[in-house]
Amino acid sequence: MSAGIQALDGVKIVEFGSYAAGPHVGKMLANFGATVVHVESMARPDGFRMQYPPYKDGKPGMNSGGCFTYFNDSKYGVTIDLKSAEGQKLAKRLSEWADIVIENMRPGVIDRLGLGFKELSKTNPGLIMLSTCNMGQTGPRADTPGFGSQLSALAGVCGLTGEKDGPPMLLYGPYIDYIASTLGAAAVLAGLERKQRTGKGAYLDVSQYECGLMFLAGPLLEHHRSGKLTERSGNDDPHAAPHGAFACRGEGWIALSCWSNEEFARLCAAIGRPDLAKDPKLSTLEGRKAAASPIQDALCAWARERDAHEAAQLLQSHRVHAHAVNTIADLFADPQLIFRRQWRRRRHPVLGDQAYCYPAFELSETPGDVTAAGPMLGADNERVFRDFLGLGKDEFDALHAKGAMA
Amino acid sequence: MLKGLQVLDCTGQLGWLAGRLLADLGAEVTKLEAAETDIASSDWRALNINKRLVRADVAGAPGRRTLDPLAAAADILIATPGPEEAGLFDYARLSRISPRLIVVAITPFGLAGPKAAWAASDIEIMAASGAMSLAGDPDGAPMRVSAPQAYAWAGGQAAVGALTALAARWRTGRGQLVDVSAQSAVITALSHAPTFVDISGINPTRAGAYMTGRSVTGAKYRVFWPCRDGFINFILYGGTAGRRTNEQLVAWMRERGIDLGPLASIDWARFDPTRANQAEVDAMEVPIGKFLGSLTKREFLEGAHQREMLGYPVSNMADIATDPQLEARRFWQDLAQPDGRTERHCGAFVVVDGERPPLRQLCDPVTKAPKEASKV
Repeated sequence: MSAGIQALDGVKIVEFGSYAAGPHVGKMLANFGATVVHVESMARPDGFRMQYPPYKDGKPGMNSGGCFTYFNDSKYGVTIDLKSAEGQKLAKRLSEWADIVIENMRPGVIDRLGLGFKELSKTNPGLIMLSTCNMGQTGPRADTPGFGSQLSALAGVCGLTGEKDGPPMLLYGPYIDYIASTLGAAAVLAGLERKQRTGKGAYLDVSQYECGLMFLAGPLLEHHRSGKLTERSGNDDPHAAPHGAFACRGEGWIALSCWSNEEFARLCAAIGRPDLAKDPKLSTLEGRKAAASPIQDALCAWARERDAHEAAQLLQSHRVHAHAVNTIADLFADPQLIFRRQWRRRRHPVLGDQAYCYPAFELSETPGDVTAAGPMLGADNERVFRDFLGLGKDEFDALHAKGAMA
Repeated sequence: MLKGLQVLDCTGQLGWLAGRLLADLGAEVTKLEAAETDIASSDWRALNINKRLVRADVAGAPGRRTLDPLAAAADILIATPGPEEAGLFDYARLSRISPRLIVVAITPFGLAGPKAAWAASDIEIMAASGAMSLAGDPDGAPMRVSAPQAYAWAGGQAAVGALTALAARWRTGRGQLVDVSAQSAVITALSHAPTFVDISGINPTRAGAYMTGRSVTGAKYRVFWPCRDGFINFILYGGTAGRRTNEQLVAWMRERGIDLGPLASIDWARFDPTRANQAEVDAMEVPIGKFLGSLTKREFLEGAHQREMLGYPVSNMADIATDPQLEARRFWQDLAQPDGRTERHCGAFVVVDGERPPLRQLCDPVTKAPKEASKV
């Protein structure tokens, strides 16, 4: 789908996945050249197509949802009826073509479809398969259904968000799913490395819950070592003062922090309050935490007169940690993100131009790209089944007639 | 899976997780740490376990004599270069030492661009990525997660980038530079929020402890419910999964003799959360609040699992530490310390071919530097 050499050219991936946790893995790898086939069925399309807005002109439709396309750019889209015998055969054939299979069904479901690792690796011995789900494939709660937005609570992140004396806070969307998809992509690539070296495949069991805990590994170890419970503390940090967000002119906010006494002195100079830096009570971290009010008052007064982005620029020129709290709309105008080509617009037959998110890294010699918009439902059946799998026209038509691609 | 892969980890906190993930996947990771760096903190230890420690200061010109031989022997070098280290970790320089070397540079905003030199810690990266605009009370300040997350997002993306470059090396025989932006990494966490701006012109904002935007009437639904020992995350969903959950909740409440109030007359097969107005939602939430308030977190976790309901308790670190699911999957790894104590760590994040790769002993803090390093 792209010109030029890419890192994962020639790597073939099939996804029996839906929503975020499975497809986001394939999306990242597709952005660096992997050929990724996203499998749905006409009867059971990816849940992100119809259940999650936004839609073109606000009208829900199978091919008008921006959420689905956002996580499936640069892929081929096919339909297979996995409940029919012919469909299962076709799915198996597709899996034999693949180097990597990704699935995020509930544990056991993929086995019942005859597409489990043991079955597939009989005819594709070098297969790498990633199974990702809420709790992992084993354990007393392996069969727990669930959404990532709630799993983030079980994994401790919501409990660590909010004011100390207030309730926990939501994080946007299925936060933990994207931790698992990022770590899952690393696992798949490690499997690929081993396959290159030894020819051996791999079965990778990823628990989204456990992946989420890797992002709190420090607080968890601290609890195991000392019994201490890390708790939500608003925007405070034990190692920096001041450290927080301050309302600016209009709707804006600025986040800033000082990590040394010298940095605090530079902050005071920048906001025109050198007197604060001279106050001996405020010359240490402990002192600034104990007597936070005058600093808070000074920063609030200074910030509310200023545009958040200009204020951040000024503080950075004084070598103070600072950044405007970007709104989601701001992300499209942020000069740094524009410089990095974070958003890449590709044309979709229904949605028109849509901004797709590029991964957070760039490779100097084999750069990636967003090569195509997310696929229409079943748009690439002919391309994938005929060109990639080599089905003849008669065979393709016969399978189609039997409902294998329904 | 990464057996034999040599990784030189020169990172600060922004990049610690990257090397840990590669180590969990089987790489031999050598962590370079200046002599004065505190390695006793739980944050340091949790993310630098499974690595081999070399105490050496690579700052300044003499540092190159330490770094360069280690870089020459490595497949991947990971660094979090500050402005003063740009020369030391310069890719052109390092690739002359070893053309096969993959250099992963993790910085707050990327190596180039208008903000490349900006200073940012977790809170500024969370702000720059838009994540803070989506967390916190709508009437209060935007909020970060109290335990830093931006560093982990950056480390995760760096691990993917390093291994993507490794795949390319099989084809090209050459290493390359992997330029990781922490700001961009946290954008991964925003789910599809950017699509609302792009497609509908709607700028998503923070909803605090409530679910908003689900009702055409503007009603908001409670997400976090006080219970006997903390909070429970429970949402009145619609659809198939919501129907089962709501039916099971009511059955559970009946078993406990809770007055169902308006819940008694709701046909959950027809319940549509997008249609309810605030007064109706408030009325439904009274008996639910009473019921959930009578439970402990663990009671809810186990009961909801038995009934195949959606919802989870809001765990603290102690709840996670005692979760039987993690015990059964042998997630925790106990490692003996020189003083006879054991440290319990998060194990490898993936189970490979039915087994969780064991963590190797946390690098011994008294590990001697290799000969080259000891010259410094």
